[in-house]
Amino acid sequence: MNYMMMIFESDDAMESRNGGPNTEAYWASWGAYHSALTEAGVITGGNALQGKQTATTLRITDGKRQVQDGPYADSKEQLGGYMVFDCPDLDTALDWAAKCPAAEYGAVEVRPVHKSE
Amino acid sequence: MGKSQDQDVARAAEQAAQHSYSRLVAYLSSRTGDLAAAEDALADAFQRALQTWRRSGVPDNPEAWLLVVARNRLIDGGRKFTVQKNAEPTIRLIQEEAEMEKNQDQAFPDDRLKLLFVCAHPAIDVAIRTPLMLQTVLGVQADRIASAFLVSPPTMGQRLVRAKNKIRGAKISFEVPCRDQLKVRLQAVLETIYAAYGTGWNDLTGCASQGQDLTEEALWLARLVIDLLPDQPEARGLLALMLYCESRQAARRSTDNTYIPLSEQNISLWSEPMIIEAEQLLAAALRESGIGPFQLEASIQSAHCMRLATGRNNWCDIIQIYDRLAQLAPTAGVLIGRAAALGEGEGPQQGLTALQNIDLKSIRNYQPFWAVKADILAKSGQLREADQAYQKAIDLSEDKAICAYLQLKRQHAYGS
Repeated sequence: MNYMMMIFESDDAMESRNGGPNTEAYWASWGAYHSALTEAGVITGGNALQGKQTATTLRITDGKRQVQDGPYADSKEQLGGYMVFDCPDLDTALDWAAKCPAAEYGAVEVRPVHKSE
Repeated sequence: MGKSQDQDVARAAEQAAQHSYSRLVAYLSSRTGDLAAAEDALADAFQRALQTWRRSGVPDNPEAWLLVVARNRLIDGGRKFTVQKNAEPTIRLIQEEAEMEKNQDQAFPDDRLKLLFVCAHPAIDVAIRTPLMLQTVLGVQADRIASAFLVSPPTMGQRLVRAKNKIRGAKISFEVPCRDQLKVRLQAVLETIYAAYGTGWNDLTGCASQGQDLTEEALWLARLVIDLLPDQPEARGLLALMLYCESRQAARRSTDNTYIPLSEQNISLWSEPMIIEAEQLLAAALRESGIGPFQLEASIQSAHCMRLATGRNNWCDIIQIYDRLAQLAPTAGVLIGRAAALGEGEGPQQGLTALQNIDLKSIRNYQPFWAVKADILAKSGQLREADQAYQKAIDLSEDKAICAYLQLKRQHAYGS
């Protein structure tokens, strides 16, 4: 079964991607996590996202495009990236989520991917 | 066909339901991951049993009969979806069916422990864990659960459906957790059972019969966990704790439903057999390694029971146990209980200091906080403050008998 990991990170964590005292540690932890996922054959896809200041939200109201600068939900932590895991059950997916660096300083939402029937 | 035979059939079906409902639900759902479908298939099997057994008599092994009918129904239901959906659970059921036909004498495996762990899974909302356990493991009707939890039957029904959909949709595994997670996960199972007991207790104040039922269900569940996991001291601790509380059931209210606090209860009304069983369970638990909150809570109750032997409370022991409990599980209830014990054992000032040191936001609207505070203030002669605290406690009490009791204490405080 496929599970999507939605990775929520604080603005500070997002900042530390692009230089600063924590940059090296930030990328090292993600590198190690990614290697472990690949080695176990768990990860089937995913990406890190650029910061929420680059987000644009669109909806159509009365047939007209309403385009807004910013993310859909403006919260303290933002969606920093996503990954898709292939796991036998939720418990296994949660075990992998627990190893995610963002679980320590942000949050990881785990959701099964909808199967088209 | 005679009426008495009809009654025999109904009784046989009822007995099979009582004895094997939880095992059948657990067996079927742990193979398909679908609790709702397992419950539906079983309900159908019981329905068919009433009809078929009336014609051809009660089978030698009613449990196996029900299992076969329910399983066939699940397999049929699964086949319809096989083309579109993942057929894996159905195939598993078919394989096991063949396996079991080969070994007909063997009883089917007991998967109830897996079901208990699913109901108290961390991915399931805490508020629905107890209703889910009551419904799936014990087959308690949703409307009865709803009334115990003070929500409307449709609301409770929706919440239960949502929880079962989550279990199926997110594919929560029907497995007993591995060794390193077992302790934490078991604690959640035990807390879920204790919540059922607490609900029964609170409900006792309103309409007695319904609440009483849930306390019995909770005791049954705790016994089941001990049967299935005999080497877990916290499970014994929980059962001991509930038995201590249960032993005082007849002493908690007078015949006109007046509330009687622990300190004023007539100890001859306490149930000695229950206390003896609780003492044995607690002693066995404490001999093993792995102290936990339920064993400590039970130890406090055990210390209260010393009154049976000595006629008075041993506050020194009680305070010591509370100190350990406060380190291990500093919940509002524990910290307030500790303050009350300090107020009794070491003096009002110590009790007040302990109350003031509780650093929990939720405490301001927690009835026991104000009730204990009022008592301690009254004892220390701070009557105006005591009066205000009593008022606050009364405002926060939902139970009329408790309100009346607090009102009386408030008047006594002024009278003295």
